[in-house]
Amino acid sequence: MEALYAFCVGLLTACGIFLTLRGRTFPVVVGLTLLSYAVNLFLFASGRLTEDGAAVLGTSEHYADPLPQALVLTAIVIGFAMTAFVVILAMRARGDLGNDHVDGRLPVNTMGGDRT
Amino acid sequence: MTLMWIPLLPLLGAVIAALTAHWGRTRCAWATAALPALALALILSLIPQLSETGSIKSTISWIPALGLNLSFRFDGLALLFSVLILGIGLLVILYARYYLSEKDSMGRFYAYLMLFMTAMLGIVLSGNLLQLWLFWELTSISSYLLISFWWHKPEARRGARLALTVTGAGGLALLAGILLLGRIAASFDLDVILQSGDLIREHRWYPAALLLILAGVFTKSAQFPFHSWLPHAMAAPTPVSAYLHSATMVKAGIFLLARLYPALAGTELWFIVVSSTGLITLLVGAYFANLKHDLKGLLAYSTISHLGLITLLFGLGTKLAAVAAVFHIINHATFKASLFMAAGIIDHECGSRDMRRINGLWKYMPYTAALAMIAASAMAGVPLLNGFLSKEMFFAETLEQEFLGSLSWMIPVLATLAGVFSVAYSVRFIHDVFFNGEPINLPKTPHEPPRYMKVPVEILVGLCLLVGILPNIVVGPLLNIASSAVLGGELPDYSLAIWHGFNLPLLMSLVAMAGGLFVYFHRAHLFRFQKQFPEWNASESFEMAMRRVQDAAGKLLDWLENGSLQRYLLLMLMLLILMLWPALTELTHLTGKRAHLPVDIPSLVAGGLLVVAGLGTVIYNRQRLIALLMLSVVGLVVSLAFARFSAPDLALTQLAVEVVTIILLMLALFFLPQKTPKESSPRRILRDICIAGLIGGIIGTICYALMTRELHSISDFFLANSKTGGGGTNVVNVILVDFRGFDTLGEITVLGIAALGIYNLLAGLRLFMPSGDSEGRQWALDRHPMILAVISQSLLPLALLVSVFIFLRGHNLPGGGFIAGLVTAVALILQYMAHGVDWMKTRLDIAYHRMIACGVLISALTGVASWLFQRPFLTSWFDHFHWPLVGEFELASAMVFDLGVYITVVGATLLILANLGQMTTSERPVTKEQD
Repeated sequence: MEALYAFCVGLLTACGIFLTLRGRTFPVVVGLTLLSYAVNLFLFASGRLTEDGAAVLGTSEHYADPLPQALVLTAIVIGFAMTAFVVILAMRARGDLGNDHVDGRLPVNTMGGDRT
Repeated sequence: MTLMWIPLLPLLGAVIAALTAHWGRTRCAWATAALPALALALILSLIPQLSETGSIKSTISWIPALGLNLSFRFDGLALLFSVLILGIGLLVILYARYYLSEKDSMGRFYAYLMLFMTAMLGIVLSGNLLQLWLFWELTSISSYLLISFWWHKPEARRGARLALTVTGAGGLALLAGILLLGRIAASFDLDVILQSGDLIREHRWYPAALLLILAGVFTKSAQFPFHSWLPHAMAAPTPVSAYLHSATMVKAGIFLLARLYPALAGTELWFIVVSSTGLITLLVGAYFANLKHDLKGLLAYSTISHLGLITLLFGLGTKLAAVAAVFHIINHATFKASLFMAAGIIDHECGSRDMRRINGLWKYMPYTAALAMIAASAMAGVPLLNGFLSKEMFFAETLEQEFLGSLSWMIPVLATLAGVFSVAYSVRFIHDVFFNGEPINLPKTPHEPPRYMKVPVEILVGLCLLVGILPNIVVGPLLNIASSAVLGGELPDYSLAIWHGFNLPLLMSLVAMAGGLFVYFHRAHLFRFQKQFPEWNASESFEMAMRRVQDAAGKLLDWLENGSLQRYLLLMLMLLILMLWPALTELTHLTGKRAHLPVDIPSLVAGGLLVVAGLGTVIYNRQRLIALLMLSVVGLVVSLAFARFSAPDLALTQLAVEVVTIILLMLALFFLPQKTPKESSPRRILRDICIAGLIGGIIGTICYALMTRELHSISDFFLANSKTGGGGTNVVNVILVDFRGFDTLGEITVLGIAALGIYNLLAGLRLFMPSGDSEGRQWALDRHPMILAVISQSLLPLALLVSVFIFLRGHNLPGGGFIAGLVTAVALILQYMAHGVDWMKTRLDIAYHRMIACGVLISALTGVASWLFQRPFLTSWFDHFHWPLVGEFELASAMVFDLGVYITVVGATLLILANLGQMTTSERPVTKEQD
């Protein structure tokens, strides 16, 4: 199970990073969201995987580590706020600059290899 | 505690100087001088206690585990230096009052001077080496401000920059040396370090630590080859030169040499490095002092030479040499300060410092001339003056040396040679300036300065004479107590008599006198000889070097920062790989010893779904709507994973957030292009896949390695105390609202700030709205379908009831403010979607930004309330009550806190989404968007 979990975390990270490397704002936002899933899962896993052990006292014999859970809970909410901020920033950038490229200007095609 | 006041008082003086500047110059000077005078009185009052105990200490613990304490230590050496710093400082305050013109800002000058004084006192009084270093750096900075006081002059700016760079670089070396020393002695406490001299000297890091510390000392004390900053610092106002280059700044290096003498001195390395540097500096300084036509230039090189002399004495390593060094510190401070002041008077009254033009001043200012001549004679080492005594001791010490074996005779010879040069430039200061014909082409007709401008010079020259004639009475006790502090208690036998009979040192003095007169009167040959060498200006070379560094830095910056975000990200990610790679290759066992969970079919299916959806998001990333749908599947699987692995709170939160995120992104997508153009070259895509894959692999590996190892967590504490201390059985919620309540308070504040930022970004947004989708189909006209409207409306009370239920049970079962807030927000957003903003506005007219403020305020006030019961911030309270009908019911202050969280989450989420949704309702422009 641990291997499957770790594989999923790694895959989400890779997908997120690939998308954040794109040149337009929307895929970057989607990439950041994927990356934040990966980060939350990773942090959660630092408390190790536990089955049937919700950290509610009196419900089980052994409990999952509640501390990473508390941290991840706030991270999820803040992550939403950040995603919202970035996506609205992207909208504003498009409104003010007239394009949705991350650099605020469309790449010049004559620049050769460093095109987006 | 008295000790702490000594550096604090001048710091207060800096403030007072700045505040009283508009009172007029004399009053400002008096007000400023009052504080160092008080500090001096404090120092003197400590002397009786000092002679009883040897040293006084006062410490305030700051981070004891790291050895970081605010610690002050007062002993004989600190006494000597504090008296010099404060005494000469007071004279400089008086002198500067008359030296600075009305155009100069008196308050600013005194404020800098006081700041510098604080820094110097901090150095000499520090009982902790790191603290000493901090004050050491403060002297560099405040001396920079003082040297560049006349910042309109380019040479002042350059001189200040050069001084700051050289002494600042030395300061960094010193810090490295101190850190090594602290590691060797296992403490930064001065007492400990001074007592572990043997341990330090035998340690294998000793050479490195010594050389680094000496680099700091030599740069500060202008030792060869770091001396070039000092002559350029002469661009400062003369009171600054008189202060910095006689008793303070340059003596800070000498002080450190003396301070660490018991810990570092006594080895071959110390001997060779310190004495040879001192000897070379002594000779180089004395030689170049003869070549300067600028009065202050002469004094600057003479200062370098005398600092070399003191360094050489410390380097010689005998006890008597150390006593002589301490003695010369006192003598040099007095005669050099008075000479600088005299030079300042001459500059002030003649309008020039060029000795080729200033001649025959005896006729114009006989009184000043007499004072300056006595001070210059002391510098030359004429009998009956203080310079003579320490110079005799120095000559006597050089005769005792045997470290060069059969070549040891060279040391006294070289010392005598330096003496010859020293007499020559002193004679020049006397003869060339006050006699030797008439002034040539001076801008002003010289005359005596104002009465009080001479007072500081009179006092210092008086001291030169008193020490020279009655050394035992005037300076004997101070010298004894300071020297014994340097030597760690044992004092050698020495005598301060003026007359030791006819002996070799006296002969050396006589040779120096005669040779000096000879060199002076044949100085034209010397100038002609020196003319054959190309002139080298340290300041210009420094500026050139700096410009080159700046150009190189600019080029590097242009290359790194080309404005492409993708490139920055790529560089950072590659750095990440570079840093993680070696750490992971060192990890030999990937799998830890922890037992694995078995894989079951549902997990496998969910995992597969996640892989497909994740990859799908990437593959279809150019068709944005499809990518978004795929993303929502990923989010769903993530919340299932949380549910599967015993985190019901997380699963609920993730689910609710998932809903709002997707609504948000859908809304945003409405305003953004529906498709991403195909831009990336195949090469770039391949490169990005490689980078992303590599990092994904690394993160997955770390995650796996982490999960398969045993957990050592602090969570047992939370599990054990959740019920008894926090009054709740849902530990996650109790952590959020109680144990780590302060974190949560911070987090909801961040949430609120983000929402307000978004509100602000939306306020001025001008975007064209597309009238149809990317394929040109018009949007449906029926914006609020009937069925959705009816169902959502009837669901609302139910949804709100659920959220209240989730909120109330949160303390004991999965739920709580965050989740309840999100559920409420989702329910309300559904109404917005089903009915439109206008419909909602008439029914629910709440300013969401006020709601956020209320939420944060409620949570914060809950924390503050515990102060009323004399408890720390955010201490929680709970109790059980028996209510009729309801039965046993628990009330806790954490619930009020959680209510704040709930209100903030609802407010923030709705502020973001309702405002974004509102964008779609303004009059729809007809222009079809071009893309």
